Amino acid sequence: MKLELRGITKRFGTLVANDSINLTVESGEIHALLGENGAGKSTLMNVLYGLYKADEGQILLDDKVQAFGGPGDAMAAGIGMVHQHFMLIPVFTVAENVALGNEPTGFAGSLDMNKARRRVIEISDRFGFNVDPDAMVEDLPVGVQQRVEIIKALSRDAKVLVLDEPTAVLTPQETDELMQIMRQLAKAGTSIVFITHKLREVREVADRITVIRLGKVVGTAAPSASTSELASLMVGRDVELTIQKELSETGAEILKVDGISVLDDRMQRSVNDVSFSVRGGEILAIAGVQGNGQTELAEALLGLRPVIKGSGKIEIKGKDITTASVREVLESGVAFIPEDRKKDGLVGEFTISENLMLNQSFKSRFTRGLNINFPIRKSVSTELVASFDVRTPSIETPAGKLSGGNQQKVVVARELSRDTDLLIASQPTRGVDVGSIEFIHEQIVSERDRGKAVILISTELDEVLALADRIAVMYRGKIVGIVGPETTRETLGKMMAGVSA
Amino acid sequence: MSEKEDRFSQAMKEILAGGFTRTMLAVLLGFVVGAIFMIGSNEEFIKAMGYFFTRPMDAFSAAWNVVSAGYGALFKGSIFNTDADTLEKAWRPITETLRLGAPLIAAGLGIGLTFRVGLFNVGGTGQIVFGMIFATWVATRLELPFIMHTVVAMIAGILGAALLGALVGFLKARTGAHEVILTIMLNYIALSFFTFLMRDPNLLQEQRASGNPKADPAAVTAMLPKLIGDEYSLHWGLVISLLAVVVYWWLMERSTIGFRLRMVGFNPDAAKTAGISVNRTYILAMGLSAAFVGVAAGNQALGTTTGVSPSAHAGIGFDAITVALLGGSSAPGILMAGLLFGAFKAGSPSMQVLGISPEVLGIVQGAIVLFIAAPPLIRAIFGLPKPQTTNALGALRDRLFGKGGAK
Repeated sequence: MKLELRGITKRFGTLVANDSINLTVESGEIHALLGENGAGKSTLMNVLYGLYKADEGQILLDDKVQAFGGPGDAMAAGIGMVHQHFMLIPVFTVAENVALGNEPTGFAGSLDMNKARRRVIEISDRFGFNVDPDAMVEDLPVGVQQRVEIIKALSRDAKVLVLDEPTAVLTPQETDELMQIMRQLAKAGTSIVFITHKLREVREVADRITVIRLGKVVGTAAPSASTSELASLMVGRDVELTIQKELSETGAEILKVDGISVLDDRMQRSVNDVSFSVRGGEILAIAGVQGNGQTELAEALLGLRPVIKGSGKIEIKGKDITTASVREVLESGVAFIPEDRKKDGLVGEFTISENLMLNQSFKSRFTRGLNINFPIRKSVSTELVASFDVRTPSIETPAGKLSGGNQQKVVVARELSRDTDLLIASQPTRGVDVGSIEFIHEQIVSERDRGKAVILISTELDEVLALADRIAVMYRGKIVGIVGPETTRETLGKMMAGVSA
Repeated sequence: MSEKEDRFSQAMKEILAGGFTRTMLAVLLGFVVGAIFMIGSNEEFIKAMGYFFTRPMDAFSAAWNVVSAGYGALFKGSIFNTDADTLEKAWRPITETLRLGAPLIAAGLGIGLTFRVGLFNVGGTGQIVFGMIFATWVATRLELPFIMHTVVAMIAGILGAALLGALVGFLKARTGAHEVILTIMLNYIALSFFTFLMRDPNLLQEQRASGNPKADPAAVTAMLPKLIGDEYSLHWGLVISLLAVVVYWWLMERSTIGFRLRMVGFNPDAAKTAGISVNRTYILAMGLSAAFVGVAAGNQALGTTTGVSPSAHAGIGFDAITVALLGGSSAPGILMAGLLFGAFKAGSPSMQVLGISPEVLGIVQGAIVLFIAAPPLIRAIFGLPKPQTTNALGALRDRLFGKGGAK
C-alpha cells in the first residue's frame, strides 16, 4: 500500500512539532525516517496512527484521503505500529497477545483461541519468524517479543508497518535478524516506515531515507550516502563522528569490585558475582543489551541499591564502600551521570543553577553555614553554563524547559566540576542530539586524560567502541568477559548474547 | 497505581503553582458564591421572587441589600467599624483580625512546608493539641519569672508539636505508612489524650473544674503580653507568627535545608541520587512542619486568660490546610491567606447579628479552595491531559476572530 503524507503540520501551543511535512512511502518500500530526538519523528507517526490530529495536511493511502479519529481507524485502514516499548501482556501467551483487541469469536461470542493460534502459526511460517504461539511472552527474549508485536500488526492486515526505534533493545545479532524480517515483509508488499537515529542501520536496510530536523524535512538521501553526510544532514552542520583519543597512562587502581551480587526491584538477582577494577586514566566500558544488570550495577556502585550481604565488596582507593550511603560514596570522590537524567539526574522544576548545586548542598562552595551562597552559586553557574556550552536563556531557567542535550550538559557540568577520582557515566548520550554527543564524548575522554578512572555504561556499541580502553560485556547479570578495544563488533555482539569470548 | 499517584502529586504541584491572578480570581469567585447563598436564604428576596415578573426590581434590590449588608458587616467586623462611637472601638475589628489570623498563619506555614516536600500533613489538630499540652503544663505547673515563663512555655509548645510531627515522619519512613492516615489517626489520639489529662487534677485539670475537662488558666507570668494596650486583646502571638513567617521564608528560600526539602518534594529520585536520605528528610519535614503548628499551639494556650479546654484548637489545624493551599505554600502567600481567614473569623459575629448565617463564610472559604484546587484535581481524577494553555488569550482570540492576520 502506498502511503503519502501531504503538508502535515502539528503545533503544540507555540511549538511547531511538524512543519508541513511531505513524505511518500511506496508499496513494498523500506523508508527510513532519520532524525535526532525531538526532531518530530514520533509526533509525525502519532499523527499517522490517529493519536494526534494534524492541524493541517492530509494522509493518503493509495491516493485516497483518510480521516483518522483514533488508532482504531488507522488500524482498520491498514496501518500497524510497533512501539519502542512493547505493548504486550507478559503473562499471556503469544496467541493471546495477538488476539487481544481483535479476538476471533465462535458461537455466541465465545473466544476461539484455536483460530488465534492458527493465525500466529500462519504468519510466523510465512515470514520465518519462528514464534511458538503457546509460549508465555514473559519467557521470550526481547527480539522475539518484538516479532510478536510485528505479528500482532500483521494479523490485523497491516499494509503499512511503522517501527519506532525498533533496535534500541536488541543485540547486534537480533538487529540483523530484524532487518532480514523487514526485507522479507517489504518483498511481500508491506510498506515499512523505520524510525531511528542510528545511521549504520539506516544505510544497511533502507530503500530511501528522509531526514527530519526541528520538525521539517531537511533532505532525502539514498542508502549509499556516507555516514557523515547523513549525520550532517541530521544535525545541520559537519560533525566529527570519531573521537581523537591518545593512548593514556594508566595510574593507580581507583575502583575495585569484588564478586558483588545485587537484587533488582522484583527481587531477582540481576547482578551476579561481578568483579572488575578500574585504574586512573582508563575508560572501562560496560557494554550489553539493555536490561542485563547494568542499571542495577551502577546503582549498587553509588550506594543506591544494596549489595547482597556477604556477596562481595566495593573499594574506592582502598576504602570499603560496600555499605556506604550515597552521600558517603559521592563524598569519597565519585561523579555519577545517571542513565535517566529526568528521573535521577535533575529536578525539572529547579533552575539550572539550583541543579548545578544539587548534590553539593551539605558543605561545599555553594554553602555558607546553613545558607545557600547565592553570589558564588551565580558566578559558578554562569561559568559552568558557558564552559559546558549549555544553550539557555538564563541560569535561572528551569532545567525541565531545556532540550535533552542541554539537560544532559547540565548534569555533566555538575558532575565534572566536582573534585572526583572516578566518573560513572551511565548512558551519558541517550536521547541527546548528535552535537551534544560529540561534546559529551570529548569531556569524558578529557576526564580520562586528566587521570581519572571512568566507567562508561552504554548499550550503544558505537559509543563503546569509540571511547573504551577496555570493554566488559554484561549478559544476564554476569560479566561475560573483559576485552580490549580492538575487539570486533561481531565478537562483541556474540558476547552480548552470552557467548564468552 | 504508581501512575495514578504520579498524577495526583502532579495535581498537587499544579495546585500549589496557582499564581497570583488565579488565586485572586478564586477569592473573588468565592465571595460570589457566598453572595449567592446569602441571597438564596434571604426571606425578602424569596418573597420578591414570587412576583418577579411584575416587579423584578424588588428581587434585585433585595439581593443587593442582603449582600451589601452581609459583606458590609464582614468589613465592619473585621477591619474598621464605621458605626462605633469612639475611634478606639472603630479600630478594634482589625486588631481582632490580626489576633485571630496569627495562629492561622503559623499553622498555615507548617502545613505549607509539608506541601513543599510532597507530603500532606492533615494532623494540624493533633499537633496543636500536643503543643497545647506541653505549653499548658509549663504555663500552669511551673513557676518561672515573667517573660522567661512565656518563652519556655512557647518553646515547650513548639517542641511538643514537633515531637508528634516527627513521630509521623518516623513511622512513615520506617513502615511506609501514608502520612495522611497517620496524622488523621493521631488527631484522635492526641485529642483523647488531652481530654484525659484534663480530667485529672493531678495532671492538667483545673482544681475548680470538678470533672469538666478544662485546664487551669496559664499563670500570669506565662501569658503572652498584650501588644498595643489593654483595651485590645491583640497580644504578642502576632509578632511571634510574623517571626515565624520570616523564619519560614529563610528556611525554604535561602537555606540549604529548604533546598533539600524542596528537592525531595519535586523529585525524590533525583534527591536520592544526590546523596540525600529521603526518609530522614521526611522525618525532618514533619518535625519542622509540626514545629510551626506548635507556634499556633503556644498562641492558643498562652493567649487567653481562661484555661484551655479540648476545643481550644479551634479548628485551626484544618483551617491551616486551606490557608496553605490559598497561600500557595509561600511565606507571603500564607501571611495574606491567614489574615483573610482571620478576618472571616473576626467578622462572622457581626454578620450573625444581622441574621445572616455566619456559615456563609465557611462556604466562601470552601469555595475559594475548591476554585483553586478543582481544575488540577478533576484532571487527575479523570486522567485528562493538561490543556495547552501557554497562550490562553491568544487561543481565545484565534477562536473568536479566526486565524487571520500576518503570521
